[in-house]
Amino acid sequence: MGNVVVDVMLKSEILDPQGQAVAGALPRLGFDQFTDVRQGKRFVLTVDGEVTDEVLAAAREAAEKLLSNPVIEDVVSVQPAEPQA
Amino acid sequence: MRIGVVTFPGTLDDHDARRAVRIAGGVAVPLWHGDADLHRVDAVILPGGFSYGDYLRAGAISRFAPVMDAIVPAAQGGLPVLGICNGFQVLCESHLLPGALIRNDHRKFNCKDQVLRVENASTDWTSDYTEGEEITIVLKNGEGGFVADERTLDELEGEGRVAFRYVGDNPNGSYRAIAGITNERGNVVGLMPHPEHCVEDLYGPSTDGLGFFTSVLKQVVNA
Repeated sequence: MGNVVVDVMLKSEILDPQGQAVAGALPRLGFDQFTDVRQGKRFVLTVDGEVTDEVLAAAREAAEKLLSNPVIEDVVSVQPAEPQA
Repeated sequence: MRIGVVTFPGTLDDHDARRAVRIAGGVAVPLWHGDADLHRVDAVILPGGFSYGDYLRAGAISRFAPVMDAIVPAAQGGLPVLGICNGFQVLCESHLLPGALIRNDHRKFNCKDQVLRVENASTDWTSDYTEGEEITIVLKNGEGGFVADERTLDELEGEGRVAFRYVGDNPNGSYRAIAGITNERGNVVGLMPHPEHCVEDLYGPSTDGLGFFTSVLKQVVNA
């Protein structure tokens, strides 16, 4: 069983109200060194067997077609998950 | 005239949309998300709600419902399609309309009577209005901020494809106060506010929403 991890982030020019809400809460807890917060999404796609190049290619296609909206988001990485210890 | 109204899992405003069609004099035909048959309808409404719980992104999963496999090519072929609120989000995710809807800039859910200016009165869904007319209908959404890149926004403005603009304070951070847009042909229209809630006295701020439904009925008759 293998996993592919897909990370999706809002484009930098798109307002991120969720990130802003988190950024607003941090100083209240004493974390005043963080000047900005951007919140993204992580998907873990599981397959039977190895994460082959074909699996990665399919994950990239799924990331472009469904997991992200290219108008507002970027797929920042599609990587095989670290092997289980 | 048969106007189809789609129900996805989590759609809320399909009954009001069907009622609005009937009040305008049309026949409302329920369409089911899992059925790729459009049942000979002359136009389609994608109503408001929270299809698939807004999971992933609002409208992102509905876009791939079987009924959309029929609606997308039909809309590209000229079938009048109106997307209201979540329906607008589905139209953007389907690439039938450009841009996307993101969370309101003030992060709160909006529910208010909203004044809109009709910027394009020549679409299939707006011909009973006049350009520049101001109408007041209900706005209720959490993810109503319309965004697109500058080039797309300039194109929309230049081609007269901004159908509605918010009047007064921008209620959700939509770029250029855009409340609704149309495709090049004028048969596909999407907007965040809810005309279907404003078709009868005593149920809202006005009956200003009725024009959407009477417009498309005339369009269908003349087609």
